[in-house]
Amino acid sequence: MSRIVVAGLGAVSPAGWNVAALREALAKGEPLPVQSIERPGWQKLLRARVVPNPAVRPEFLAHPRLRRTSPVTHYAAAAALEATACLRTSPEVKRRVGLIVCLQAGCVQYTCRFFDETLKNPATASPLLFPETVYAAPGSHIAALLKDVTLVYSLVGDPSSFLQGVVLGAQWLEEKRADACLVIGAEELNWILADALRYFDRSAILTCGAGALCLCRESEIAAGVELAAITDAHTYSVRRNRNEAARNMRRQLEGGAAGELLCDGLGGSSRTDEAERAAWKDWSGSRLSPKRILGEGMMASAAWQCVAACDAVANGRSAAANISLVGSNQQAIGARFVRTGPSISHLSAGGDAGNIRT
Amino acid sequence: MLFPLPSPAAPPRVVITGAGIVTALGTGWKPNAEGFRAGRRAFRHVSLFDVSRQRAKVAAEVDLPATLPPTSLNARQIARLDRAGAMLLLAAHEAWRQARWESAENLPLVLGTTAGGMTLGEAYFRQALQTPLRKRRQPTRAVYYQAQVQARMVLDALNFSGPITIISNACASGSNAVGHAWDLIRSGQAECVFAGGYDALSELVFSGFDALQALSPTVCRPFDARRDGLALGEGAAMIALETLDRARRRNAPILGELIAYSASIDHHHLTQPHPQGDTTLNVMRQACATAGIAPGDVDYVNAHGTGTVLNDSSEAIAIGRWAGSRTATLPVSSTKANVGHLLGAAGAVEAVICLMALREQWLPTQGAFESPDPACNFPIVNKPRDARINVALSNSFGFGGVNATLIFRRWT
Repeated sequence: MSRIVVAGLGAVSPAGWNVAALREALAKGEPLPVQSIERPGWQKLLRARVVPNPAVRPEFLAHPRLRRTSPVTHYAAAAALEATACLRTSPEVKRRVGLIVCLQAGCVQYTCRFFDETLKNPATASPLLFPETVYAAPGSHIAALLKDVTLVYSLVGDPSSFLQGVVLGAQWLEEKRADACLVIGAEELNWILADALRYFDRSAILTCGAGALCLCRESEIAAGVELAAITDAHTYSVRRNRNEAARNMRRQLEGGAAGELLCDGLGGSSRTDEAERAAWKDWSGSRLSPKRILGEGMMASAAWQCVAACDAVANGRSAAANISLVGSNQQAIGARFVRTGPSISHLSAGGDAGNIRT
Repeated sequence: MLFPLPSPAAPPRVVITGAGIVTALGTGWKPNAEGFRAGRRAFRHVSLFDVSRQRAKVAAEVDLPATLPPTSLNARQIARLDRAGAMLLLAAHEAWRQARWESAENLPLVLGTTAGGMTLGEAYFRQALQTPLRKRRQPTRAVYYQAQVQARMVLDALNFSGPITIISNACASGSNAVGHAWDLIRSGQAECVFAGGYDALSELVFSGFDALQALSPTVCRPFDARRDGLALGEGAAMIALETLDRARRRNAPILGELIAYSASIDHHHLTQPHPQGDTTLNVMRQACATAGIAPGDVDYVNAHGTGTVLNDSSEAIAIGRWAGSRTATLPVSSTKANVGHLLGAAGAVEAVICLMALREQWLPTQGAFESPDPACNFPIVNKPRDARINVALSNSFGFGGVNATLIFRRWT
């Protein structure tokens, strides 16, 4: 079996439009500022962390396919371009790219707009909006943007399914259906998501953005990080609750030595964090909890956890990193990335240890 | 562990030992087989929501039974099922019983859907806007509209556990789900997989296709020269796939063999296929190469055939380019003329229709067809007839450009 390595990383978050901004925010360890969003019919505002406008309008937004797209596609496209920069360093080498876009809520902004128009008068509902409401839209646009994409899947699930996307990418590489695989987790926000989140976790602050991992088999473009393991998917059911699933996931991942990192999904809520906290109570290595800084970004949060973990390993801050994804309503899955070979500059150098707590 | 992946070995043969189907023609194999064989059409005026201000007024609505089959779901769980979840459960129950599968650990479930529990999402949106301070039922809607939660209901109902994968590649989702199941078994990641697709009619989706003027205001007639759009339907289909060795060990009746799956992406446009059907041609060729067969070995094509001008001309050209001299005698039909376009369920439902044709040796009859489009150089099956069918090919394409082809072989 081939080894699967990380070739590039990409991120758009409330911290900014690249991995460096994500790294810097995590290094500071301070929760990012919170903005207010309006909810129709309410005086009270909802809280969220939004992605700041980029300093310069990204060139890719001029692409004909991206002109009318919603923010989730913008975020995913920016993360995709950053993660695949390594593939463009030698344009003469044509690589077949597999693309897997993972979403939980998906294109909620246009969906709500279109349904609102439908309820008012379906005869005038915009035909431009509807195609952008489907889960497959971001993947389709990114495939058109990157050009070398030969296969696209859009996966839907709770945030833990991001790691199923990584497994699928590894499978396509292993079966030589693609030369590189890009796995993206992305979300956008609107009032209805912030409203729904309040029913389950009043302390959570909704956020949005995207994270991307570019995977390949061993090659000269590898970035010094190797995928070592992904646990089984420990699905929740009437017979197995979230606590048990998280414990089973933890049992399948080794590690915990000094110099190793756990990138977890703790967000600061005693109720929603309980299962994950209990599962990892034995962990003695460093910890990084991106949600505490960035907020609850659903699939984007899962992707940021993986990006932050791989970044820490690639830049020599950790010898290995475990990722814990205890999903909201589907399953618990974990992964382990380890260091392989020397650090490579294209993942961008520097940065502190993030909000790593030892 | 999901990774590392198993070491590559000779891929096993993959057979189907259970199939469940729900369409507007009925619930279960028998009414659907009779309906597709006869070429019955199952459209009626939409009753689920108001269509008075839409261009199109009809769809293929499913009549759900008054009670669901007995499963391990409790009354509270059943009460939370929406229309889509109920259809999924009905199809899953039929396939599970037919396969004679029993409670299992680590049995992967792969589903295709475009909308999941969209009607619950619509209800959430309406209440949040119209009575913003009213919270009743909102938390339940927020959870149960999610496809993975509906998938978990299947696990709970049938007493098994395993990884859930939800593929949402628009209207190719059902085929991708069945194909992904095939991939999992062939790569050694699983010995058996439960796969399928489901989608229910919803106001948002109906309005969306109507806004695009993609819905036929008359009659959905795929590949007809006077076609003017598609018709929507709803339904679900589930398939029990396993290695041939496992099926033989269990002495399980085999419905058919899945011998190839191929998928690719059409970059041409978000909602329009390449006019010459380049990607369709490629996936059909790739699938045949995987199966080790030539177009001349294919006895029936269940086309994607939505009834829109652009889809059908592109697919007709692709079939002609792929089949070559076989085109003039290759039986083709689109069963979307009978039960509508089932979106995320379409590929899985059409897979079951192919299994019916292979098992019972008849050609699925397209419910409406008068005069062929000039690009359509193959015979459309529009009259019921028996035929010797050993190999059936099914095409599915989706918004966003994902194209998928499945090829099934008769089991004798």
